[in-house]
Amino acid sequence: MPILRLENLCKRYASNDVIHSINLEMRDREFTVLVGPSGCGKSTTLRMIAGLESVSDGEIYIDDRPVSSLEPKARDLAMVFQDYALYPHMNVAKNMSFALKLQKRPKKEIDQKVNEVAEMLGLTNFLHRKPAELSGGQRQRVAMGRALTRDAATFLFDEPLSNLDAKLRGQMRAELALMSQRVQKNMVYVTHDQVEAMTLADRIVVMQDGHIRQQGTPEELFKKPNSKFVAGFIGSPPMNFLEGTLEHRGDMTCVVGQGYILSLLPEQAQRVNAANQKDIILGIRPSDLSYAPDAKDGDALELTVLISEYIGAQSILLASCGDQKISVEMKSDNPIELQKNMKFQAVKQGIHLFDRKTEVAL
Amino acid sequence: MSTQAKRLTPYLFMAPAAVVLVVALLYPIAYMIYASFLDWNPSQRIGEATFVGLRNYSNLWSDANFRESLSVTLKFAALVVSIEMILGVGLAMLLDRKIRGMTVLRTIFILPMMIAPIVVGLIWRYMYHPTVGIFNRTLNNLGFESVPWLSDSFWSLTSVIIADVWQWTPFIFILSLAALQSLPSSAIEASRIDGATGWQQIIYIKLPLMMPVLIVTLLLRLIDAFKVLEVILVMTNGGPGLSTEILSLRIARTASEFRELGVAAAMSNYLLILLMLLTAIMFTYNRLAEARNARLRQAAEEG
Repeated sequence: MPILRLENLCKRYASNDVIHSINLEMRDREFTVLVGPSGCGKSTTLRMIAGLESVSDGEIYIDDRPVSSLEPKARDLAMVFQDYALYPHMNVAKNMSFALKLQKRPKKEIDQKVNEVAEMLGLTNFLHRKPAELSGGQRQRVAMGRALTRDAATFLFDEPLSNLDAKLRGQMRAELALMSQRVQKNMVYVTHDQVEAMTLADRIVVMQDGHIRQQGTPEELFKKPNSKFVAGFIGSPPMNFLEGTLEHRGDMTCVVGQGYILSLLPEQAQRVNAANQKDIILGIRPSDLSYAPDAKDGDALELTVLISEYIGAQSILLASCGDQKISVEMKSDNPIELQKNMKFQAVKQGIHLFDRKTEVAL
Repeated sequence: MSTQAKRLTPYLFMAPAAVVLVVALLYPIAYMIYASFLDWNPSQRIGEATFVGLRNYSNLWSDANFRESLSVTLKFAALVVSIEMILGVGLAMLLDRKIRGMTVLRTIFILPMMIAPIVVGLIWRYMYHPTVGIFNRTLNNLGFESVPWLSDSFWSLTSVIIADVWQWTPFIFILSLAALQSLPSSAIEASRIDGATGWQQIIYIKLPLMMPVLIVTLLLRLIDAFKVLEVILVMTNGGPGLSTEILSLRIARTASEFRELGVAAAMSNYLLILLMLLTAIMFTYNRLAEARNARLRQAAEEG
């Protein structure tokens, strides 16, 4: 499989920079997800790779071959669009075989390929229907089928699931994961949904304002976010952030803020002391807090639970810590009373500290 | 209000329009149909004219001049509409892009359509003038011989066609451009990724998707082309010979010069039937397209 590489890639619209010099190398057969809030430049980046958008500066390499001035068809890639982009006047079989027909492949080969892919996606009974006769999920499958029949080296996905309802989205996500395991191609996938990113990606690239903020495996990004932005973006429900200052109590380094004091582990203390920064932001994930009435001072936060959202085995609590809001994810069988002060223990390894000015992880 | 009154209210509001319709449209048409069965001279009152049944209609088919006029009309309509469709759609394809000044260019393109037909006829008549017209002067200056634009039977039909194409291509151009710009851009992008060249995009994606608009445009233009009168009247008045005498011109001359009102009415009815046929085709096409869409939607819902 060819290796896809972006080198100092820029996109400008009338002196307005949308993508600021992106560098990215995708490994062989890697499922790379570009994720970020809307307007972060992820779709533009994908469209530049596809050749639908011109490159203002920098270069895209496929197998060390610069391709930024080539037509899309010379780049050997297939793409799935957000609105499926099926050809409305062609039936499913013709939609899926259009590329092969343009390549003037023999009819027998085309039919075989279409049937094979239709079988795999459960579309065999719909081959003669027009896109308008299909449901959203089926159209989505045809769009993927069209990409698959191509047998292209690289697959691009531009928010392929965002037009589906929640239930179907979950189902298609699982099918996509299965498909990517089966076909073993380079995949570049754009989404604003961090759950999709976490579940599908071998590697996540978090983008914001036309910059890459961080890239790594889902686990790396979840456990070691390099900035407050990434920490807040990855993970659901999102990480809590509390303002605080560093203080030394005896031989312990503590984070002190409105309504809480938390002592740090020695290695954390060493890191933040080296940064020599007093004003910080404390980050802690809702799942790293647990109800602990007997917790020691310095290990726990004292919270007033405002709302308890019961979602089955788990409940999400919305609580106040001083005048800041914080959420806690925990087992539903804990005895929670609303409007009362209760102690919640924090998992020490789950404490993230960020510089309050630069929002970079310490 | 009683239910009876409620039921009648809409009719009350429609009544004025209905009266106008009857007086201004149905009465003249009925009058024309009746007149087509008469041997009627303008100096007679309608009551004095002799009733001849279908003779006017059957006589027309043995009238070589009418047949010639009908063939000129068909030739004219077929040629102008084909040329205008090709040019209009082609221009739309070329100009469907973001270039600075495109809005101004588009406005200029549709100007001919806005000029009154009489004026168009006069403009072209002067341009085609054998000695002072710009075409022949330019040809002469370049060392070519003059072309008998309006005085030769081949060239006069050609000249009339050129003028009509000049005036009505913009109509097809703006409708095609609107159709082109409402096409799903992602489907076109998908075809680029699938490897379609510019021509292949046009043939396999753009034209098929524009087809519903193009068919309606074509029929509208065809209906119009059968009715054309003023431009040709001013430019050639049907001549030389019968070379540009389209049906509407022949009808006008039959009534005013030959003073045969009954024959003119019969001819008008033939033209009306032709136009109604075209309109019926257009409505049927729209009906079919709607039915098809409804069926597709239903199938999609049933999954």
